[in-house]
Amino acid sequence: MTHFRIDIRQRAEELLALYPRSRSAMLPLLHLAQEQDGYLSDEGIAEVAQLTGTTAADVRGTAAFYDMFHLEPVGKYVVGVCTNIACLLAGGEEMLEHASSTLGCAVGSTSPDGLFTLEETECLADCNIAPVVQVNHRYVRTTTPEAFDQLIDDLRAGKLEHDVPSHGTLIRVRRSGGLHASRAEIAAERLEAREAREARTPKETK
Amino acid sequence: MATLSAPRIVSSRSEFADSFTLSRYLATGGYVALRKALTMFPEDVASEVDQASLLGRGGAGFPAGRKWSMLRKSPVSYLVVNGDESEPATFKDHYLVERDPHQLVEGVIIAAYALQVSQAFIFMRGEFALGLERVQQAVNDAYEHGALGPKIFGSNFSLDIVVHPGAGAYICGEETSLIEALEGKRGFPRIKPPFFPAVTGLYGEPTVVNNVETMSNLPWIVNNGGAAFAALGAGRSTGTRLFALAGRVNRPGVYEVEMVKNTFRDLIYDPAFGGGVIDDKSIRAIIPGGVSAPWFGPELLDLPLGQDEVAEKGSMLGSGSIVVMDETTCVVRAAWRITKFFSRESCGQCTPCREGSGWIERAMYRIEHGGGRMEDIDLLLDLCDNIAPGLTWPPQQTTICVLGPSIPSSVHSAIQMFRDDFVEHVEHGGCPHD
Repeated sequence: MTHFRIDIRQRAEELLALYPRSRSAMLPLLHLAQEQDGYLSDEGIAEVAQLTGTTAADVRGTAAFYDMFHLEPVGKYVVGVCTNIACLLAGGEEMLEHASSTLGCAVGSTSPDGLFTLEETECLADCNIAPVVQVNHRYVRTTTPEAFDQLIDDLRAGKLEHDVPSHGTLIRVRRSGGLHASRAEIAAERLEAREAREARTPKETK
Repeated sequence: MATLSAPRIVSSRSEFADSFTLSRYLATGGYVALRKALTMFPEDVASEVDQASLLGRGGAGFPAGRKWSMLRKSPVSYLVVNGDESEPATFKDHYLVERDPHQLVEGVIIAAYALQVSQAFIFMRGEFALGLERVQQAVNDAYEHGALGPKIFGSNFSLDIVVHPGAGAYICGEETSLIEALEGKRGFPRIKPPFFPAVTGLYGEPTVVNNVETMSNLPWIVNNGGAAFAALGAGRSTGTRLFALAGRVNRPGVYEVEMVKNTFRDLIYDPAFGGGVIDDKSIRAIIPGGVSAPWFGPELLDLPLGQDEVAEKGSMLGSGSIVVMDETTCVVRAAWRITKFFSRESCGQCTPCREGSGWIERAMYRIEHGGGRMEDIDLLLDLCDNIAPGLTWPPQQTTICVLGPSIPSSVHSAIQMFRDDFVEHVEHGGCPHD
């Protein structure tokens, strides 16, 4: 019995197969754990540890390094407002203040209805439409207080389920196709190419 | 007047709403370069890139061809694409991964062929949810199309590309940190030497790490030849480059500009680009190459957009981001916010960076928000000098990676250029603009 749902477990195994070493799948698997539970639960962390051949302490220690991973429960929607340089010059601080008042929660906390968590973010690389707001890492491009309030109303009303899936950075990232060749076949191909190259490069005489 | 005669090399599909699809890509010359490259010897493909003198577009500006030539001979080696674009106010790779993912994928396949690498990774910052979807779709399409996978287009070359998500850490743009993250660890930059992952990289094997924009230039270079690319621009800065223009301009955005032939003034004021400063205000300062770069005053606006030209004036073109600050901007607040960013993003391995960034941030905070002391201004310069002795550019290295010595740039620039603003803040007991 795994903690991961069957579809998440299936995707986790697909991801693991992509890497020469299973630990490399750490960050993608943590994204999946968060997609299922909304944050990194103890059970999710244990399963990632088991899949990557590490320990829960190791997984937690790694996850804590990265801003996108939540070690405590968060709202269904994580609202990120950027206040870094380009957004600062476009009213990012005012937008963050407005967001806090609309959502009724301080920066870094969750709204009373448990739906929204507000974060002050660093640069999100969309600086031509500043100040930048992301919800669950989707650019929502609301640069005015009115547009922001409309967005929150729409999210509450469930109108943006497709545009802003919950905690699903990788929810629509699914690999199809692949190399489907053994390492030995690839090694033989590279060796053949190298020998061909050496044959056409005259050896330097000493 | 801006020079607009150069071809668009990496942004040629920008007018198409479906620029990210395989069908549009194929209809606009997509995967022709790859077919051509596969008929060439790999070393000849590499030599075209060498001839193009393509400087890496990530930030350090190291020649891509030279990076490739350092790849240690080994039965296994890797190509890793750096799409962790996180330098504040830089958003050109964001544009490329969402708008032209096939161009990136084709570039990666060409590079892998030239390097004779059969495993590539595209590392993209996790906040690019749509970018991850588009690039993964492009990879899937490329497999379906025969441009990726076993025996590409019937050749004797096979390649796999894995799209790998980051999870929110500025430091992972540093190539050895990125490799650590790709190995599933905390993104701690590795101790140098070895200076280049081409010697010891992913899993200890030789690895080339190239930026998204660098890769996106390759299809054009193969189609048109390295010499045609090198004919654009001037000096060491060849070809075109994407500039992300942000801040107090009328038309912030990503613009492809021929290197050296245009100036900061052209980019900021020309109607084809930035279209001038908001409300026709005057410029106080610009940040010429990402927030790690020392600032320029308006007297340097006529400097050409070239790597060496900017370096000669003591800053860098860096990540291709230009931020315009005008007379409405509080430069103290701007420098404080940039320091807060570095303080937050320091990985914590090295004392000068971990402690220094926090000390500078706190001193800047009290000057901006009240409680600043007159002696704080020189204290700040002293702190900056401790992190990057001499306060030269490029800076002296006191830490494992360049994040640390980049911290002083904005504060040092702001104090040098606008000391009166700091004095005014201290006397006023906080920001006079509030």
